Amino acid sequence: MADQKRTQTAGADAAPTREAEEGEGRVAPGAASSHELLRIRGLKTTFHSHHSLVKAVRGVDLTVYDGDFLAVVGESGSGKSVTMKSVMGIMPDNADVEADELTFDGRDMLAMSDEQRRCMRGPDMAMIFQDPMTSLDPVKTIGNHLREVLKRHRGITGKRADEEAIRVLGQVGIPSPEQRLKQYPHEFSGGMRQRVLIAMALCCQPRLLIADEPTTALDVTIQAQILELLQRLGKEMGMSVVLITHDLGVVASLCNRVAVMYGGLIMETGTVRDIFYRPCHPYTRALLGAVPNPNESRTGRLESIPGSAPSLIDPPDGCPFAERCSFTSPACTRGIPDFIDYATGQRARCVFSSDELDAKQEGRK
Amino acid sequence: MAAAQMTAAQAGVPKAGKPKRQWTRASAAWSAFKHDKSAIVSITMLVIIVIACLIAPLLPIDPNATDVAHRLAGPSAQHIFGTDQLGRDYFVRTLYGGRVSLLVGLLAMLTSLVIGIVVGTVAGLVGGFVDGLLMRIVDILSSVPWLVLVTVVSVFLKPGLTSIILVIGLFSWMEIARLVRTETQAIKGRDFVQYAQLCGVSRTKVIMRHVIPSALPTIITASTTSLASAIMTESSLSFLGVGVQQPMSSWGSMLQDSQAYMQNDILMAIIPGLLIVIVIFAFNKLGNVMRVFADPQVMSGERD
Amino acid sequence: MNAHDQNAQATSGVDTMAAPAHTSDGARAGHAAGDAAPVTGGRASAVGGVILRATDLCKHFPVTTFFGKTKQVVRAVDGVSLEIRRGETFGLVGESGCGKSTLGRTLIRMYEPTSGTVEFDGKDITRAKGRELVDIHRRMQIVFQDPYLSLDPHMTVREIVSEPMLVDQRLSASEIDDRVVEILDRVSLHHDDMYKFAYEFSGGQRQRVGIARALSVNPDFILCDEPISALDVSIQAQVVNMLEDLQSELGLTYLFVAHDLSMVRHISTRIGVMYLGRLVEVAPADELYENPLHPYTRALLSAVPIPDPDVARASSRQILTGEIPSPLNVPGGCRFHTRCPLATEACEHSDESLVEVCPGHFVNCIVARDRAGK
Repeated sequence: MADQKRTQTAGADAAPTREAEEGEGRVAPGAASSHELLRIRGLKTTFHSHHSLVKAVRGVDLTVYDGDFLAVVGESGSGKSVTMKSVMGIMPDNADVEADELTFDGRDMLAMSDEQRRCMRGPDMAMIFQDPMTSLDPVKTIGNHLREVLKRHRGITGKRADEEAIRVLGQVGIPSPEQRLKQYPHEFSGGMRQRVLIAMALCCQPRLLIADEPTTALDVTIQAQILELLQRLGKEMGMSVVLITHDLGVVASLCNRVAVMYGGLIMETGTVRDIFYRPCHPYTRALLGAVPNPNESRTGRLESIPGSAPSLIDPPDGCPFAERCSFTSPACTRGIPDFIDYATGQRARCVFSSDELDAKQEGRK
Repeated sequence: MAAAQMTAAQAGVPKAGKPKRQWTRASAAWSAFKHDKSAIVSITMLVIIVIACLIAPLLPIDPNATDVAHRLAGPSAQHIFGTDQLGRDYFVRTLYGGRVSLLVGLLAMLTSLVIGIVVGTVAGLVGGFVDGLLMRIVDILSSVPWLVLVTVVSVFLKPGLTSIILVIGLFSWMEIARLVRTETQAIKGRDFVQYAQLCGVSRTKVIMRHVIPSALPTIITASTTSLASAIMTESSLSFLGVGVQQPMSSWGSMLQDSQAYMQNDILMAIIPGLLIVIVIFAFNKLGNVMRVFADPQVMSGERD
Repeated sequence: MNAHDQNAQATSGVDTMAAPAHTSDGARAGHAAGDAAPVTGGRASAVGGVILRATDLCKHFPVTTFFGKTKQVVRAVDGVSLEIRRGETFGLVGESGCGKSTLGRTLIRMYEPTSGTVEFDGKDITRAKGRELVDIHRRMQIVFQDPYLSLDPHMTVREIVSEPMLVDQRLSASEIDDRVVEILDRVSLHHDDMYKFAYEFSGGQRQRVGIARALSVNPDFILCDEPISALDVSIQAQVVNMLEDLQSELGLTYLFVAHDLSMVRHISTRIGVMYLGRLVEVAPADELYENPLHPYTRALLSAVPIPDPDVARASSRQILTGEIPSPLNVPGGCRFHTRCPLATEACEHSDESLVEVCPGHFVNCIVARDRAGK
């Protein structure tokens, strides 16, 4: 931990230096490959409402590598969903999306027309949502849903489309897919609907699958089935997966890299083991302390985080977590802190290094 | 400890807190009003019309004074809307007619509102047999063509303003009852209503405290529609000759009278007709603005 | 042991089931043997005698046809017997549709039981009505899951919190103010908040208002119906800690209904697991997690995501096949036999109630019981 170095770069206005550094082919540890599939730099999304601006995403840098299983963790209002929806280009009209750089497999998405962006959805990246019912048309059969996707994205029609649909439904673990094709969404349970949605995404053979809280509405036993399915499909098809979630338990068992978001900013990124065993940001530490481990007997009170998340209409000038953080110093409110890079490739947006935080904690005891 | 809390309660509780909250809702309604140009125009006109009708008796002109020599005169300095077939000043008659039309509309709306809310909430909240019975009554009443109903009943009642208000009020509450019932059924399943019932809050209090405030946006919309349709119904009744009796006039009866002189004096038909349209439109706009005030969700913003 | 031999291969990762339960380390939680003796889990709290007892409780909802005839019944709760002791937190877990919420609401007499009895503090409240029921609800309160839907958006916090205490009580405005301030203080809200509307608060603060409302009538027993599942992770801990503080300050008894199994272990003294309207296993919290006996409990626990990458990856998940059958059409015999990896022919016919296999640990599975050596 001693060999960490402080970069002066990571502020939103210092992009060039940072790029130079990462341009040397530095790969985030834990990544499955060095090939950058999705590269996001300086992403900002703002919603215009009647009389206010909601700054939902305030400068996010994120890279998804080939074969990655990346978790974007955060609470409601942290901007995790908005970040990925902005990348997909499926934001409502009252949202303003800006970015310094946005590339997919080397292609510059910022230079693309709306039509070109639309064509990327499906074969390049697909997204599934928390509530599958909103993505399914209640008056169309599952077969119709799948055939439509196959026709639009792969030009497969007729008998071949049916065969392909049955194959994909089988792949996502839906029993007796031939009969299921003729059924309507309401005849499926929540877990099965989520499988159908995954099947629809798979029909386009995407390179990147974004799963937005895919199991939040499901029971634990069904959640386990869906997560295992995502993991298996990611490996089998060589697909990168971005899992948006608030559940740290889900992250621990599935993902190889984690990005923790809070108040529209990325607070910490690192490999899953680094994040869970050596968290460097006070928010990550607090979040881990607030979740009881089901495998451990009760050890005492939970470490609760006081207060609530900051407003995104008028976000604080400094670190968004400063108000709730137990390590806050005057420096924290003076502006958004820069990232500190650690030797392990972990980065945390905090004025204190991990060692300084440890020392403070010791001193308190 | 108790003493400390006492002082905290006395010293720290700002009595001004509550009005401020109400004010935020009022300002939300105000901004909804400000951003709607047609609402500004129509509601301003409504206010002018209502004030003019209210102060009409102060004018030194008798609405019933006939002057056959100057019958069916066009607009002039003396008679700004001209005169009618009996030479009466049409401007003053319009104002007096407006008093009748607005009064009938308002009172008939209130009558149907009270009946509709009571029937709707009781049917929705109690359910079962009571619900079935009340809703069948609603079905029966609304399946009879209202014009036939109103005409038949008005034959039995002594002609006059009161009977018109009663007749319109008593036969136009069904739609409100239906809307309120649906709303009540939805609210009944909410946790906070179930909780109030669990705690033993009486049914009347549940209705007053939880159901009506929640149903208020619907009720407001329904009542503006109801007011508009009461004015229309009164006009139609007067048009058919079973409405207000001469020499009293309403906008509806003025429309009816004008049809015989349409070719000579088109203005006699246009003026009351236009006023009816403006008033009804303005009340609908007013309803929209008031709905914003009644609905606190407008202020609550998004939930994720 | 025959059943175990047959199924050993099918149940990799669950082989500790063969070990008699009372030799397990987890049994320490149930060391205080004896029927009436208090059984505490990891938490040290003053647990007293039985405050709530349900015997063979059923709650069926009729499904009526278009013409009002009863066609089928949903057996939401179907023969549940349990005891909750004064001062403890009884956790109730299960998947959606298992009837855990219905059971909780029937126990506090929000719903009228179809059959069976509920006793509260030694008194039969199964058929209580009118005034009597209102008095019962002064002592048994509820905190709802969704803090957005459970607070009337048209009321101020003062009106919300004072609503239950104003029933049958004439209090002056200043008495109400004092009481509301005192309760808001208990749930760490500022007294100025009482003139705010619920929509001006965040989810966690709203849930505090919901808890304040329940506390306003000084109850003994609170049904917490998934009180944290709609809240953010960082807020959940606040609310759970507050519930625990209130419990020790006011001597409250909780029935904590939840589907978050990690939090349930943390907060509960004892836990009951429900499946299709039945309790399948009841045990002290640590005992249940360390030594689950019922195959459903095992499957449920193995599906819980563990916030520890190494442990999560090392542990094998036992993924249940199929889905929970409809409560309109419950399978005969043991309800779990259609999905159970250990099911034998006997399971299709046996309809066992809960049996105590080691002190404080009850299970209704015949296979598990045989293994536990009883």
